[in-house]
Order: sequence, then structure tokens, then C-alpha cells
Amino acid sequence: MSFFEFMSLYWPRLMSGTGVTAAQFLLGAVLTVGLALVFGLMKMSSNRAIKGFAVVYIEIFRGTSLLVQLYWIFFVLPLFGITLEKFTAGWVAIGLNAGAYGAELVRGGIMSVPKGQWEAATAINMSAARRMRRIILPQALVNMLPAWGNLMVEILKGTALVSLISVTDLMFEAKQINASTYLSAQIFGTALVIYYILARFLLTPFMRWLEGFMARKLGRA
Amino acid sequence: MFDWLFMDEWFPKFDWRWDYTWEILPRLIEATGNTLIAAAAGYLIALVLGLVFALAQRSQSRVLTFVVREFVEFVRSTPLLLQIFFIFYVGPQFGITLSPWVSGMIAIGLHYSCYLSEVYRGGLDSVPKGQWEAAIALNMTTAQTYKRLIIPQAIPPAIPGLGNYLIGIFKDTPMLSVIGVAELIHTANAIGSETWRYLEAYTMVGVIFLALSLPAAGLIRAFEGFVRRRLGM
Repeated sequence: MSFFEFMSLYWPRLMSGTGVTAAQFLLGAVLTVGLALVFGLMKMSSNRAIKGFAVVYIEIFRGTSLLVQLYWIFFVLPLFGITLEKFTAGWVAIGLNAGAYGAELVRGGIMSVPKGQWEAATAINMSAARRMRRIILPQALVNMLPAWGNLMVEILKGTALVSLISVTDLMFEAKQINASTYLSAQIFGTALVIYYILARFLLTPFMRWLEGFMARKLGRA
Repeated sequence: MFDWLFMDEWFPKFDWRWDYTWEILPRLIEATGNTLIAAAAGYLIALVLGLVFALAQRSQSRVLTFVVREFVEFVRSTPLLLQIFFIFYVGPQFGITLSPWVSGMIAIGLHYSCYLSEVYRGGLDSVPKGQWEAAIALNMTTAQTYKRLIIPQAIPPAIPGLGNYLIGIFKDTPMLSVIGVAELIHTANAIGSETWRYLEAYTMVGVIFLALSLPAAGLIRAFEGFVRRRLGM
């Protein structure tokens, strides 16, 4: 079987797998951003209980593997009465894992905003919430966006693990096709190239564009 | 004392059994050894190969620089899990059969060498240009300059980055379970499928990972401080 025949036969399955990978990525990324913001801010709280909770979350999810967390959420959580469907378990695990890394980026970004900005916002009588939302976070966002670009690629790569709980993503389809054809170089090679295209020619340019866009919004470009 | 926590009405199927936990613990500890060996071996490969990639990207040859640069980008942008499958399954297609351990070490070593090459690159770039000029003035060859002047000065600033990736490798070793390397998750899977009890095995794997990676992070920070002091930085 020529490579072309092989591809025309299996291309639809690879594409449907890519669709699932993209969905896992988008849902996981949204959850990551939400968790990162919440826990990043919580870690900066002066309330010990709130700060402690954030530290425990961050250390647990950064200290163990994504794969361990995924299996735990999928196999063990049902014993606590919380049963997640495999598709949901996949992006929830990815989001929880990356959210812990993101929380540290958020904290670093906020701390990188010069002290004068905080003082000036206080001087014009802004409330703490308003100061954070209108003055600090926009500047922190621009500072931390380059690091978020890397994290987004890590999230995309992390989605490959959901194949291990039988979510039919690109990795899963590649594995299945390999098991029935034994054309490993062709199928795994193609899957590698698809992941590469997603990361290098879609995700990274988008993050670069976002960096420029946000910088312009702040009048820094 | 905490019996009330485990009332049946609350968690219908939740029953942590300590006797069972102690029973499986020796197997998990043995697997922890394998995990550590895998992480150490992968890291050694990555340390050496990463430096090679970093130096290759500084070579005079434009072609070599370009090829290595693109290769590093490719490996960094694609999932390790897929790379493990690729290396394990593609060999036999061309008549080279690699054991799970060997292909796992190659995959993880190669993957992380690309990350480490970026760390090394940062360190190498941080060496002041005057050092190069001084070496030329002393009539040192390029190889001598790298060996005696540049690399010794490039490593200390790279240590925090290098250390973080050691923990990164450690946390990525569970992926080797998919090709049958008997590390922690592989053992936990086996225990789970023998007894249909996943709670204790997976939870203990998580606890073991935490118990090792948190102190490791502290040790690396301490080591970084030690190296900086020794070099008078």
C-alpha cells in the first residue's frame, strides 16, 4: 500500500481525532486560564486560609504527574461518588494540572507590575478589586503572555495523554490505526506532523499575535 | 477516630483499606526504584545530548544550525507520549527491535535534551564576549575555549533550569508505562487489574510522587545557592 492510498484511507479518522484533540485543548485551556487566575490571586491573599488552600492545590498538581492525576480523576474519583465521563475527565485533568502552573505565572505577572502603579491606583481612591481589574491585571497580562505561550503548547501536548483513558483523540486514532496496519512510521509520523502544525503554525502564531495585540492595547507597541 | 468520615451513606463505595495498602506498598516501592532509575538515565542522556544540540546551534555552519534548530522545535512541540510510541514501534518496522527500557530512555532523553539545549543556550549566551576575545588573544582553539572558559561559566546560571527539568523528567516517567516499562503507574495498573481496587494504588502513587518531587525542588534550590556561593556570585 502506497503512502497516498494509506492516507486517503485513514485521513478521515485522523481528522476526527484532531477535532477531539482541538476540543480537549480548548476546554482544557479555558479551565486552565480560569483556575490560574483564581488560584494565582488566592496565593497572593493575606488571608492565611485562602493562601494555604491555593498553595496546597498548586503543590499537589505541580508535584505529581498529569498521567497520575488523570488516572486518579478517572478511576478513583467515582469511588467518592463523582463520576466523570472520560471526555470530561480528560480536559478537567488537563485544566487542573496546567492551572497550577498557570497560577504561578499569574502570581509572577502580578508581582512584575511596578509598585508605583499600586500606589497611584490607591492614591486616586480605587478599591482593591477595581485596582486589580483595571490597573494591575492588564499590565500583568502583557508581562506574562510570553510564558503563557509555552504553557499553551504544553497543554496541547498534554492532551495526548487522554488517549490512555480511551478518549478518541489524535493519539488514540494513531494508536488504533497502528494496531491494525503495523505501518508505524507512516501513522505515528503523520500524527507527529499534525501535532507540530497545530503547535507551531496555529497556536504559537496566535499567541504571538495576542502578545502584540495586548501590547498595542496598552500603548506599549 | 475518623470513622465518621467514612460513613457508607456519604461515600457509597469509598473504603480505604490500610491492610491492603501495606500489602501493595513493597511492590510500589520497588517500582519507585525503577522510576528513579528511568528518570536518572533519561536525564543523563538529556544532559549530554542537550549540550551537543546547544553547541551545534552555535556552529559556523548555517545548515547545521538550521537543522538542529528545527529539530529541537519539532521535538518540543510534539507530545512525548507519541514520541515514545514512535520510537518503540518504528524500529521493528526496519528490523531494529528495541526493548521497552531502551526505547523509553531514548525517547525521554531525546525529548528533554531539546528542552535542556535551550537552557544551555541561555547559559552560553550569558558568557560575556570579552571572554572569547581574551581566549583568542591567548591563542586558544575553539574547543579549548569552550572546554576551559565558556562551558564552566555557562553552567552555573543554567543550574536552576537544569534542575527543574530533572523534576520534569521524573514526573514524565509514568508515560513509559504505555510500552511496558515497570515503573510506578505500570505497577499500579497491574495491581488494579488484579484486584479491581484502584483507590489505594493510584493514591499511593500520587503520594510517592509528591513525597519525592517536593523535597527534590527544595534540594535543587539549595544546590543552586551552594554553587553560586562557591563561584562567588
